Amino acid sequence: MSTTHINRLAERLSPWALPLALLGLWQGAVASGLLSTRILPAPSAVLEAGWNLLASGDLWQHLAISGWRASIGFAIGGGLGLLLGFVTGLSKWGERLLDSSVQMVRNVPHLALIPLVILWFGIDEAAKIFLVALGTLFPIYLNTYHGIRNVDAGLVEMARSYGLSGFALFRQVILPGALPSILVGVRFALGFMWLTLIVAETISASSGIGYLAMNAREFLQTDVVVLAILLYAVLGKLADVAARTLERLWLRWHPAYQAKAGAR
Amino acid sequence: MSALHTLKNGIPLALEGLHKAFGERQVLQAIDLHIPAGQFVAVVGRSGCGKSTLLRLLAGLDAPTGGALLAGQVPLAQVREDTRLMFQDARLLPWKRVIDNVGLGLSGDWRPRAEEALAAVGLAERAGEWPAALSGGQKQRVALARALIHRPRLLLLDEPLGALDALTRIEMQQLIERLWQQHGFTVLLVTHDVSEAVAVADRVILIEEGRIGLDLPIDLPRPRNRGSARLAALEAEVLERVLAPAGSLAAREPPAARASWQGSAS
Repeated sequence: MSTTHINRLAERLSPWALPLALLGLWQGAVASGLLSTRILPAPSAVLEAGWNLLASGDLWQHLAISGWRASIGFAIGGGLGLLLGFVTGLSKWGERLLDSSVQMVRNVPHLALIPLVILWFGIDEAAKIFLVALGTLFPIYLNTYHGIRNVDAGLVEMARSYGLSGFALFRQVILPGALPSILVGVRFALGFMWLTLIVAETISASSGIGYLAMNAREFLQTDVVVLAILLYAVLGKLADVAARTLERLWLRWHPAYQAKAGAR
Repeated sequence: MSALHTLKNGIPLALEGLHKAFGERQVLQAIDLHIPAGQFVAVVGRSGCGKSTLLRLLAGLDAPTGGALLAGQVPLAQVREDTRLMFQDARLLPWKRVIDNVGLGLSGDWRPRAEEALAAVGLAERAGEWPAALSGGQKQRVALARALIHRPRLLLLDEPLGALDALTRIEMQQLIERLWQQHGFTVLLVTHDVSEAVAVADRVILIEEGRIGLDLPIDLPRPRNRGSARLAALEAEVLERVLAPAGSLAAREPPAARASWQGSAS
């Protein structure tokens, strides 16, 4: 019994062995002076910087403002993308009128608009929210549109022959049928959301994690810069976990997403 | 059980000069057919002969190019609520649990009725599962329950057993036959399995080149003995007729379709 327990524990812990060894190596290199703290601070220094910022309350403030920008931008962009996707996916006329225009705008890299956005909105909150919204709109639009288009026509025909139409047909057949694709769009959008926010905050901000990093750079505080990078990584991971939770919850019926399917 | 027993009787069907073309292609030509209320009719024919098109016209999924579809004296479109179609694939909504699939399109307190309909097809204990957990035969039984809960007076079956294995198929045939005897609805079963047609139907109709080629009553008492010589003789009679014009059709029929038809009929 005990040996199998130990084996299982070793199995669980083994993925962490390499990162931990690297961390140890890194710490050793800095401590011995092989690696200058101007290039990379010691992991312990990053931890310490994090602790100090936490204690002063600054960290929470920056985190909150970045999170707020991200979620407002995502809500606006994602909502619009969903709405546009519904319109073009559900109506032939919507598709004819809107789809090619949206596809054209989609091909403009939204970060290329930063100079224009700064001219429009200044370096205000609106500029960052606008950029995040633009970055999240297209992945959700595209996947909603394709999701609706790829709903099994046989199921729609069946539902119609059983008297479903209008909103009931949409809610019971088309939306659930498109949901797996929409959620793929949500995951892509969450990635774009952080990416856009990082760029926007680095270029022009007076608060937020990007500002924290840029400000620290001015004062050569490499430990805070590394901390900011790590924070973005953690936030990105959190968003991914949230998307997966939604998949588990809403796609329970789907054999590929059932908890039993395990290794995901 | 009471709800399932209060079914109205079947719809008498009359097809008068029914005609359907898709563009240039004539699929059905001048079909005249009268089906008394409560009759079990099997429609057979080669792939692409128009038998599924006929069913889709009856179900209102397609509109005829010409002719009339009557339920007794009134147009069939007026009794759409009394008509239910079962597809070749079960077409269950994978995101609804079995019982919610059965209750599709119903409002009010349909749950007890759905449980009853599931019990009638022998799947009462699977009510809370996702369709993905069911076998092909079980999915078709859920689809049958979904059709029955509407108390149809006309049940249209579009090769619903085509994808099932031989034993499950016989079980389903017996289940459909039993429910038909209980409820007295009119049944139109499209199938390419001639032995299935003669085993369950009162009457076998052969469609060839968009017309009725054969209209054969099967007046054998039920329950029928599947191995009986009489059934085999009737099956041979239909098959002979189906295969007879093979030479004249060979040029037009794609080889793959012919192969698949022969494969599933044997």
